[in-house]
Amino acid sequence: MAEKTISLIITRQNSPDSTPYEEKFEVRYRENMNIISALMEIQRNPVNANGEKTAPVTWESNCLEEVCGACSMVINGIPRQACSTLVDKLEQPIRLAPMSTFPVMRDLAIDRSRMFDSLKKVKAWIPIDGTHDLGPGPRMPEKKRQWAYELSKCMTCGVCLEACPNVNSKSEFIGPQSLSQVRLFNAHPTGAMNKGERLETLMEDGGIAGCGNSQNCVQVCPKGIPLTTSIAALNRETNIQSFKNFFGSDYAY
Amino acid sequence: MAENREFFYRRLHSLLGVIPIGIFLVQHLVVNNFANYGEENFNRAAEFMANLPFKLFLETFVIFLPILFHAVLGVYIVFVAKNNVSRYGFFRNWMFYLQRISGIITLIFIVWHVFETRVQVGLGNVELSYNLMENILSNPFMFWFYLIGVTSTTFHFANGLWSFLVTWGITVTPRSQKIATYVTLLIFLSMTIVGIRTLITFAYGI
Repeated sequence: MAEKTISLIITRQNSPDSTPYEEKFEVRYRENMNIISALMEIQRNPVNANGEKTAPVTWESNCLEEVCGACSMVINGIPRQACSTLVDKLEQPIRLAPMSTFPVMRDLAIDRSRMFDSLKKVKAWIPIDGTHDLGPGPRMPEKKRQWAYELSKCMTCGVCLEACPNVNSKSEFIGPQSLSQVRLFNAHPTGAMNKGERLETLMEDGGIAGCGNSQNCVQVCPKGIPLTTSIAALNRETNIQSFKNFFGSDYAY
Repeated sequence: MAENREFFYRRLHSLLGVIPIGIFLVQHLVVNNFANYGEENFNRAAEFMANLPFKLFLETFVIFLPILFHAVLGVYIVFVAKNNVSRYGFFRNWMFYLQRISGIITLIFIVWHVFETRVQVGLGNVELSYNLMENILSNPFMFWFYLIGVTSTTFHFANGLWSFLVTWGITVTPRSQKIATYVTLLIFLSMTIVGIRTLITFAYGI
């Protein structure tokens, strides 16, 4: 019996500045393969569909269980994680391409720095360091913890930025991912002590005003994070903050 | 341009689209609907509107400047988007795309409409009356131009009202946003019917 194979068409690029090209591969089929295991086959035997030896395809992955966000790529037109995408559920040939919103480093490996820069910009952390023991923080209502937990599932995979029509080279918009993190850290009772600071970062150029409500982000998010609810809630918060800033308030921290 | 003004400008853009532009649009369509109550009624209503106290002031600050600001920033907003409905054909993404298309159509329509009515009346070339609109709209090409223009304007307003509710943090939950979709759809349909009904009266006298 002839060996069963799967075919992949991969958009490749040798360096950040070189021109992308497509290369076709035939990979031996195994049961329950995911995209990562297909790429590993190519790595093991870097020969393309024409039987020519080629450089192994580069990609990024870490956790292999859809919590780190590193292996996001465009698979058959849809941005998703290569680890949780099963070959058996895909139409062939399987087309793999890097996410176009991010700079390509090589082949399928992209540079996601812009999202980490955004997290720094919006102060997506809770300052707890002091010169002495500050003691335990205030308690958090259980109901609030439940929805905040959903927001904490964000793995900075970049799929929402890829799907957003307003995140592109013509716009400065930082995208849904970091906006929702502001809501997460502002929801925390200790984090709320720097609420205004975070909201003010969203009122800078490229902040929340860049959202055009296409709501693609919430549709494509692999973790089901209510991104558009976060954005609408933050719209309310930033508006109130701007009124506090302009008219004056003792609660504008 | 000063730094970090985007937030303020975008909020102003959203607000002006509803207050005063949206309110003016509703008023404009309602007053024009007097055409259905006969020529004299329309002329009396048009004369009333044209002779409001402080008319130039009202026109400048309630209509002209807000629309100018909304249009200039709106065209910029159209150009910074990279539409992707072919890949992500979700309902809201289509609305996002149509909002941009209807914005451009509405801008072209309004420029022409103002030139042929308000500007011409102001220059004294024509007289503001039922006959003016009858003459314009009895031309089938202009009738269809106005029909598309009015529909595009009412769509842009109704869908803009939906995103106004999100931008101002009024509808936060998916459920409230969904209900707002139905409500704004009803607003779009009723305003379009009122507008087109008036156009038909002018064009065909029925």
